[in-house]
Amino acid sequence: MEKGLFTGNEIVVKAAIQAGAQLMFGYPITPSTEILEAFAEETLYHPELHLIQTEDEISAGFGVIGAILGGKKAFTATAGPGTVLMQDPISMAEAMRLPFVGIITQRGGPSTGTVIYSQQEVTLTCFGGNTEGLRFVYSPSNLQEIYDLTIAAFNSAWKYRFPAFLLTDGYLGKTKGEVCFYQPKHLIKTKKILGDEKTIVHIRNTYSTEEELFAILRRNLSEYQRIAKKVSRYRVYRKRKEIDYLIFAHGSVASACLAACEAKTNLALFQPITLRPFPRQAAKFWAKKAKKLFIIESSAGQFARLVKEALSGLALEIIEYQKPALGITPKEILEWVR
Amino acid sequence: MIPKCYKKESLPHLFCPGCGYGVILKSLGFTIDHLKIAHRTVLGLDIGCALLAWNLFDVDTIQTHHGRTIPVMAGLKFAHPNTITLALVGDGGAYAIGLQSLLHSAHRNDPLTVIVVNNSLYAMTGGQMAPTTLQDEVTTTTPLGRDCRKTGLPFLGPETVVPLTNHFAYIARVSIRNPFVLEETFKKAILNQMRGQGFSLVEVLSVCPTNWKTDAEKTFRFLEEMENYYRLGEIKKPLEEK
Repeated sequence: MEKGLFTGNEIVVKAAIQAGAQLMFGYPITPSTEILEAFAEETLYHPELHLIQTEDEISAGFGVIGAILGGKKAFTATAGPGTVLMQDPISMAEAMRLPFVGIITQRGGPSTGTVIYSQQEVTLTCFGGNTEGLRFVYSPSNLQEIYDLTIAAFNSAWKYRFPAFLLTDGYLGKTKGEVCFYQPKHLIKTKKILGDEKTIVHIRNTYSTEEELFAILRRNLSEYQRIAKKVSRYRVYRKRKEIDYLIFAHGSVASACLAACEAKTNLALFQPITLRPFPRQAAKFWAKKAKKLFIIESSAGQFARLVKEALSGLALEIIEYQKPALGITPKEILEWVR
Repeated sequence: MIPKCYKKESLPHLFCPGCGYGVILKSLGFTIDHLKIAHRTVLGLDIGCALLAWNLFDVDTIQTHHGRTIPVMAGLKFAHPNTITLALVGDGGAYAIGLQSLLHSAHRNDPLTVIVVNNSLYAMTGGQMAPTTLQDEVTTTTPLGRDCRKTGLPFLGPETVVPLTNHFAYIARVSIRNPFVLEETFKKAILNQMRGQGFSLVEVLSVCPTNWKTDAEKTFRFLEEMENYYRLGEIKKPLEEK
């Protein structure tokens, strides 16, 4: 594999291609645009790759669905207001159990907000649209995780047939660094869903009765719950029997928390790598060992809601630090967590 | 006589009595039979009355969200160029909520065949004004009749699309009054895709006695009114060779 310095957004493209993606559909929006551009550049060297720049994010998402139906791995990348529009195709992918893969590079909101950074698309990516949130959401905290988790998103989407997302942000997307590229040992094979010229398939998303839809939802929900433990991932820094202060953080903020933990030995970090499904049991297990819990995030409690739901039933002191749409430094964390 | 590509166990179809879809789907079925393409056709259906055809054919079928059939079929065609991709959409799906995708698909000359059923209103939701509702036509959202001074003129879909297309597009408007012309036009539109020429659009003027609240005679009288406003015929013929 090639070596060199790459940005997070370029690494997404390298990983997507390694994971078998052949088509990308997209509409430019900061800070995801370099993913579109990097894929365009890759098409110059790989004739099997195709980029389709669509008229909007809705069309990009539905184009991904069409390509998946035709048996190809495909993906899109978007952010902010684009993630809002993307809920239309994502809810159809969730309903039809299609392996949709989306890269969400969070920017500040609400509305057009700012263009580089936030952690405010957690709820939208996990639970957006008129859905039950049967999705896989991976939140990388550094460049290596961007590579690893993009591949993981494609694999889990195609293996279990639920939409999967890499939830990153513009800070990570524009950070340049060195990453260990590798060819994944295990890739899930694709299959044509429509147009295989053998079996006749009818796919619908409209049902005549409430009971009909309920039966399908119940089956999908139970399958999601069954595989949740296999898909959910987390990382604990400073595993000890007794922890003074345990911080819950994800994505870029987890990276800052890690630096703070390295500077102070009484701090530990619980980083959920998947926000959906959330590593609930592990979160509870480690929370029980701590004297005090901290939840730190760049949104006004979107991440804290996930953590508190996972920890429900535990009588623990929880302190929340929130800076919606603003970055958080290790220095600030060291001041807060004491 | 019914088309060979109809799924026998799905009959009778689910459309209202007197609905124009019966004629449209039968003509489409005969076209698929005639071209012998059932095995490699994928039919995309919009939300609206079109969705009732979701299992009518022995052909791969997918229902999409409202106005999103064209991008799904475009994505499928990019991934799997050997399929023959048909998008069956209503006038609301094509000319209102999905217009952006229709225009850009035509503009890119995507190798798709789009069939738009124009019955002058939103039928599945109970008869509201559509872009295609005629001047003075009474719908549930225009109880005094459509006032074109406030809501614009009845939308000319194919005529709007034509200037965006290149020399290889096929654009036509037909009426369910003449099933032979309907079938012949579907054939030309699908052949345009099969020859790799590109985009084709067929608008079909149809009837909706349920929402029009018309008997047989008045139904066809109203269809005539539509035919007087919406010009029938081939609006754009492709150059023979690409």
